Amino acid sequence: MLDFLRQNADKLFEQTLTHIGLTFVSLLLALVVGIPLGILIARRPRLASGILGVAGVLQTVPSVALLGFLIPLLGIGVGPALVALFLYALLPIIRNTYVGITEVNPTVREAARGVGMTSRQILTQVELPLALPVIFAGVRTATVINVGVATLAAYVAAGGLGEFIFSGIALSNTNMILAGAIPAALLAIGFDLGLAALQRLSGRKLRVGTLAFVVLVPILSGFYLLPMRGDKLTAGFAHEFYGRADGYPGLQKTYGLRLRPRLIDQNLMYEAIHNQQVDIISGYSTDGRIRAFDLVVLADNRHAFPPYDAALVVRQAALDRHPDLGPTLDRLAGKLTDSVMTALNYQADFLHQSPKQIATRFLKQTGLYKASPPGNRTETVVMGSKLFTEQYILSEIYRQLIEGHTHLRVATRTGLGGTQICFDALRTGAIDFYPEYTGTGLLVILQPPTAILQTLPMQADTVYRYVKNAFARQYGLVWQRPLGFNNSYCLMMRREQTQQLGIRSIDELVNYLSRE
Amino acid sequence: MIWVENLSKRYGPTTVVDNVSFSVAPGETLVLLGTSGSGKTTTLKMLNRLIEPDSGQIRLDGTDVRQQDAPTLRRRIGYVIQDGGLFPHYTVAEAIATVPNLLGWEPARIRERTHELIRKLQLPEAVLNRYPADLSGGQRQRVGLARALATRPPVVLMDEPFGALDPFTRRHVRRELFGLSELQETTVVLVTHDVAEALELADRIALMHQGRIVQIGRPGDLTNQPANDFVRDFLDV
Repeated sequence: MLDFLRQNADKLFEQTLTHIGLTFVSLLLALVVGIPLGILIARRPRLASGILGVAGVLQTVPSVALLGFLIPLLGIGVGPALVALFLYALLPIIRNTYVGITEVNPTVREAARGVGMTSRQILTQVELPLALPVIFAGVRTATVINVGVATLAAYVAAGGLGEFIFSGIALSNTNMILAGAIPAALLAIGFDLGLAALQRLSGRKLRVGTLAFVVLVPILSGFYLLPMRGDKLTAGFAHEFYGRADGYPGLQKTYGLRLRPRLIDQNLMYEAIHNQQVDIISGYSTDGRIRAFDLVVLADNRHAFPPYDAALVVRQAALDRHPDLGPTLDRLAGKLTDSVMTALNYQADFLHQSPKQIATRFLKQTGLYKASPPGNRTETVVMGSKLFTEQYILSEIYRQLIEGHTHLRVATRTGLGGTQICFDALRTGAIDFYPEYTGTGLLVILQPPTAILQTLPMQADTVYRYVKNAFARQYGLVWQRPLGFNNSYCLMMRREQTQQLGIRSIDELVNYLSRE
Repeated sequence: MIWVENLSKRYGPTTVVDNVSFSVAPGETLVLLGTSGSGKTTTLKMLNRLIEPDSGQIRLDGTDVRQQDAPTLRRRIGYVIQDGGLFPHYTVAEAIATVPNLLGWEPARIRERTHELIRKLQLPEAVLNRYPADLSGGQRQRVGLARALATRPPVVLMDEPFGALDPFTRRHVRRELFGLSELQETTVVLVTHDVAEALELADRIALMHQGRIVQIGRPGDLTNQPANDFVRDFLDV
């Protein structure tokens, strides 16, 4: 934990500043809008239920759903994050301003009129000062909510402590999760205590405290601007890619690539590059969106990314029990090349065809399609798959293949959320097989010592042989023959921009970035 | 100083103040006496336009009160309510400076006047930086009066000013305050339901019932020649 913090102190500091900035920019906006609205409805009670109702409904929209609504309108980045945070902060501020003002003792208000104050003077000299503790209570609620919700900003590439949390979850790296979660919790507690203290002040101290608060909020908001992103090209990387040894750290080591990437959810990444909000993204080389958005995969001329040849990993017990299973599975070997798999992914992601349709058509084209023979199927094999399009398609192809060529029934457990979950399910026998990638098997599951990694040539066949042997020896699991495609990590850019800048490989990208 | 003619106020079907007329001479203290719901407080609040009448006329120093804007009018009329009506977030010094500040007095002049007032009202200097919550009821009442008198207004309106005090303190504070020379020169309209208070403070009493003035006159006139049984019963003489 401490080691992790030491190594990532810069990043942590930057994220904390961004986090504070996000919280307070949105709080500032909410104050600027919410306090006048609260005053308005205190003056015109007929508007109160309407305005409080709308703000209340906004408050109940789950934060992920709210971001979901905002992304189509505002794209990704700071925009949707700030708007979402602003909307969450609004209700407590409007409501507490309203309650604070309406709860001022009517005798005091009448005395204020009686001594000759105008209604503006009554507001600024009597009602607002007396409402301040209640307003601060609202600000306190809003701030604590915002510190929490701001972690979701990392989902849309707006930065903040959520970057560590999301990366940590993607990588099952507890230290990384805590490096984001603990500071976020401390910020929430700290601001809560600070504002609670402010709320308890009275008289002149309250006035001083308010003044300090009014000065402090814009300053804290300014923190958002501090970590400037000064790259010629903006990179948007998935959280997992950013943290995995074979992802960005590998690129840094092999190519000396130095970027200040924005971290972003991997499904939003493609939209972001398409809308020119970022220029470089990480991704998988068989993703259907490469074709859909006319992206170019930069050549990995120094082999920073290990090969990720897809193949089925099967329990030995399942092969022994069903002698016809192994040969059936191997019928697909070599049939799915990079371009075939990319096309299948494209059909699912962009033409919105169902995996079932796609699988049937593919099997017919390769001559492997057989209508399932009738009759009772008493024996069942269980297939697992991870949580993305390619795996859904593969599991459907295998299901139709097995049910066409054997008398086995195939049960599917699709959408297992990640390598570790799939692998554990396989080892414990919850599933009999699932499609895995050689590089993932090597780096995520086997995790051999660095000495072995350095001597192992990162070529498709050597890596395949290594994982096949190691899996058989250590776990009694069998790697079937590779399917034929290599779904490797890759960097991609918009075709148009690569042509303008003359960048075709990662080497050329590094050269371009280091040029003055 | 104050002329009130045919003043009426209705809330829906209820007539709260019904065709009331009276006048108050400069320096005089008029007490509006009556039960709750008699219309005395409503009458008082119409004098400084905290409540606008439905009909009738009020002239102050010969000018119709509706001819000037209400806040400006109120700054020329002292206003004292029950328990002082102090703002909880103003210190005593700030409370006394309220109206002078609204009128844009120089700080030095405000300071001088503040000290003069607390001396006259027998409040210790130390009280100046305290908040109303830290004062006794009698002190709050004095500060409320000091706030009303700060700019030496020609007219002061008082709405049950001693209502929050216990009977002993009430008598004590009352005597002390009304002995002030400042108040003796001022035209005062005071609302109360306390007969003894009315008899003690009033130059004249207007006894109100169901929105009307039943009898108006010197305290002796009311006690010696009550206009009807209601007056007799009310004064219990």
